[in-house]
Amino acid sequence: MEGFEVARSENGGIAILYIKGYLDAHTAPDLENAFQQLVDSKKFSIVVNFRDLNYISSAGLGVFMGFIEDIRKNGGDIKLSNMKPKIYRVFDLLGFPTLYDILEEEEKAVEKFSRTQSKN
Amino acid sequence: MGKTPIKYRLKLPSQSDNLAVIRDLVTKVATQVGFSNDDVSKIELAVDEACANVIKHAYGSNSKKLIDVLIKVDAQKLMVVVTDKGKGFNPDDIKLPRMNEYLKEMRVGGLGIYLIETLMDKVNFDVRPGIRNQVKMIKYLNKPASASDAN
Repeated sequence: MEGFEVARSENGGIAILYIKGYLDAHTAPDLENAFQQLVDSKKFSIVVNFRDLNYISSAGLGVFMGFIEDIRKNGGDIKLSNMKPKIYRVFDLLGFPTLYDILEEEEKAVEKFSRTQSKN
Repeated sequence: MGKTPIKYRLKLPSQSDNLAVIRDLVTKVATQVGFSNDDVSKIELAVDEACANVIKHAYGSNSKKLIDVLIKVDAQKLMVVVTDKGKGFNPDDIKLPRMNEYLKEMRVGGLGIYLIETLMDKVNFDVRPGIRNQVKMIKYLNKPASASDAN
């Protein structure tokens, strides 16, 4: 069965979510819960590592749309990394790269947070 | 492939865990027919979006209702017809969002129809709420000249 998993870790105060498998209308609530937990614990600097994600539909994209505004209002951001070309194409099709920082490597996304935070 | 189209049909309870089953069949058929990996991914996503709309909107996640997916392939094309007997929608509401404004407003959801229209070569909505709603999606194996000329 095509499942979905989300694992959480932290790198220098920045929350990292590792998402794996298939993100669709059935599994999107799992990612929603993971974001909600981070927001509830006031963790607003978030990197989502897409390394092991094989599929995304608009229900999955909707989760990012649902949280980004609130997270940015709180001075944070959601940065995305390690996307397979197939996944990036879906983001690109909808113009999401203008709205989200999409980086090749998780480390670069984490560094970008550190740079922004040291400017403030 | 001969002239007679080959048909595959799925009738499944309208519940979101069946999306994986539907995607599985569609990708297998599309791969077998000879679509590129890129096109297979497009067809997979478009069909997922159409079925997710039925499950969430037309049937309001009522798993007693059935979602009907018909896949028809011939030498030129693959056609997928998703049929439901649910609420349907107002075709006026499905005008494609202007993506720039859409993203600026950070609206949630509603991207499915836009994706279907973008990913497939031909899409037709036949909406008769409560009677029969149907989304017909076609992908050509070799895009007709007129379609590629337009780009």
